[in-house]
Amino acid sequence: MGDVRNGIATRAGAMILAPVGWLAKVFDAPLRMLQRRTGSNGMAVFFLAPNMLVFGIFVLFPLVINILYSMTGGGALFLGERTFVGADQYGRLFSCGSYLDPKSCTEDLFWIAVWNTLAFVVLQVAMMVAVALVTALVLNRELRARSFWRAVFFFPVLLSPVVVGLIWRWILQRQGLLNLMVFEAGGTPVNWLVERNWAFTAAIMVSVWAHVGFYALILLAGLQAIPKDLYEAAEMDGTRPMRVFWRITLPLLAPNLLVVLVLTLIRAVQIFDEIYVLTGGGPGTSTLFLTQYIYEVGFASMLRNPGLASAASILMGAVLVVLTLIQLGIARRNEQRGKMR
Amino acid sequence: MRMNSIILGLSAGLLSSTAFAGDVRVMWYSDGVEGEVIQDLLNRFMKDNPDINVILDNVAYKVVQEQLPVELEAGRGPDIARVTNIKELADHWLDLTPVVADPAYWQTNFGDQFDWMRPDGSKIIPGFMTQITLTGGFVNKTLFEQAGVPIPADTATWDEWVDAAGKVQQSQQLNAAFAIDRSGHRISAANVSYGANYIGGDRLPAPIDAGTKAFAEKLVNWVADGRMNKEIWVSASGTTYRAGADDFINGQIAYYYSGSWQVANLASKIGKNFDWVATGSPCGTAACTGMPGGAALVAVKYTKNPAEVGKVMDFLGREDIMREFTERTLFLPAHKGVLAGKIDYKTDDENVKASLEAFLKASGKIAPNAAALPAWKWGTPVYGALVTRISQVMAGELKLDEAFVRIDEDIKAQVAEASK
Repeated sequence: MGDVRNGIATRAGAMILAPVGWLAKVFDAPLRMLQRRTGSNGMAVFFLAPNMLVFGIFVLFPLVINILYSMTGGGALFLGERTFVGADQYGRLFSCGSYLDPKSCTEDLFWIAVWNTLAFVVLQVAMMVAVALVTALVLNRELRARSFWRAVFFFPVLLSPVVVGLIWRWILQRQGLLNLMVFEAGGTPVNWLVERNWAFTAAIMVSVWAHVGFYALILLAGLQAIPKDLYEAAEMDGTRPMRVFWRITLPLLAPNLLVVLVLTLIRAVQIFDEIYVLTGGGPGTSTLFLTQYIYEVGFASMLRNPGLASAASILMGAVLVVLTLIQLGIARRNEQRGKMR
Repeated sequence: MRMNSIILGLSAGLLSSTAFAGDVRVMWYSDGVEGEVIQDLLNRFMKDNPDINVILDNVAYKVVQEQLPVELEAGRGPDIARVTNIKELADHWLDLTPVVADPAYWQTNFGDQFDWMRPDGSKIIPGFMTQITLTGGFVNKTLFEQAGVPIPADTATWDEWVDAAGKVQQSQQLNAAFAIDRSGHRISAANVSYGANYIGGDRLPAPIDAGTKAFAEKLVNWVADGRMNKEIWVSASGTTYRAGADDFINGQIAYYYSGSWQVANLASKIGKNFDWVATGSPCGTAACTGMPGGAALVAVKYTKNPAEVGKVMDFLGREDIMREFTERTLFLPAHKGVLAGKIDYKTDDENVKASLEAFLKASGKIAPNAAALPAWKWGTPVYGALVTRISQVMAGELKLDEAFVRIDEDIKAQVAEASK
């Protein structure tokens, strides 16, 4: 029976691969000729060209356009019809008595968004890394129905940010589920999305809930790559669990933790969708973050200001480039360490 | 939300770029049942005109607000669109004069609102208003009766209305006495009632005046003392729109200031839960005015089929068709002939009939400063600045005086930018 199955599988494989082999034969001669003419480096360029073309059209070209927009003003939408204003839009964004006091700035909402985003990044990243680590540690243990629990924590990652925002809005609004529970427990309901501090806290909690599964998965992979014999040796030595965590788990998990840290930082700077649905940037401007500011100035206002929105997005992009370079540096360092081992 | 808008916009854009001879694409958004009604009417038109294929693209309101302007700037778009930001986009509308059967009929019946939809000084026929809207209040009669509080008279001031609603709030232990939609357009009615005039001598925005300041101060105080529902205005930033309709529908406020377009929505959702009625607009020191506005059906000048567009517009603008549309959608009509005749709204709901009559009555009390705003191109930056800054005051981020300075600066900056 097994032989029959193997025979069928082999034949099926051969049938699938036959066109590939045929294509390879057809293109072999022209590709060899191309390689003779262009050399190995030329062939690399040839194979990379389609990817570079897509990257150029969808990333580089919009980036250049965005930079050009940031140097224009006026109500017209198309670049050719807009007035060149040089660095005026950047000047307007940076026109401040004191950057620590948004009220002293011409574009006070931009600076409110900057400081809100900074506070959000610091608090959300710290909480995200901590919760992801704890979740990964728990899910790495021999639990009953472990796969089920892993799915439970990963499930919110699959939800659309809009759905996440709406679900939590229903829970947190004045007559939402949470206040019903508070009331049933004899407490006083709180207007979670109207009180400044609660709304900001809710924004952090919801974004952590929505994304922690993804980062926990990265850490879980790191935990499972730690050799078991290290733990067995520690157990034989009678080492206390906390010491095992600090001396074995954490150092060996450090590369994954760094990746998680940088990815979380990048994502936190870009925060928009779920918080926009959840709080709309309120109460007041207490959850107005940079991306929402850019969206509102560039798209949502009746009198759009694409120049100012582009300038703000270029500044935000610069921050993201720095964070991405850090991530690349970390990835390279991890790679080199791996080779040295 | 943003992705949905983008996808809908792209779809609409793609669809609008694939018109064939004889095709007429209509971009349409709905607040209530008007999408079904217009489809029904268009089906009738196509039956009588088999050579013209009218395609109705039902899109979200956000698509009309955010995606349509981009399409129009690119010289594309649908053949006909239902829009509310009619004045800002006025340069893109087709002059229907050469393509409609009887331009004089259009001038007579829709002419009063043409200036709302065409560039200043222009004499074109751009389309017609599918509905006239008027801001105004709604009162929960059942809550007032239960509280034993008399409903204020037509001539009652904003203070008197809020005091009365406050008494109902206390008696019925409501979360708030009343709510106003988070919209600059809505509070502008009250501002004008207190003497505000937004339009300067040069037709540019004037610095905000005592009328606007007076009502803004009241609004902030009403939020602070818990009589106005804080959530509607404080729970968002920027120009984000928030309606207070749900609180009214759920019987959690005694008084709600919104507009005539809410009538069908309230009727369908409140049902027989409680009695309610529209009450026109409260008075200030200068007037008792609501803000007029509405949605227009306009032809787009980039159409490849202007003759067919003219036939569709002629059909939809007919008096009998406008009357049917008005009666089935429970809207206030713009058509003069329909207004002059008897309107038999298709509803058994007495609350609805009374409300629509109240709005029709209130439409005769519109103050000149309010009547001038729909045809003024700088209305939207003024509305946006008012909402953004006043809600910051309510949230405790700005003082009123600081907000007034910011409002003027915001408007000035936006006008300067748009004028470059």
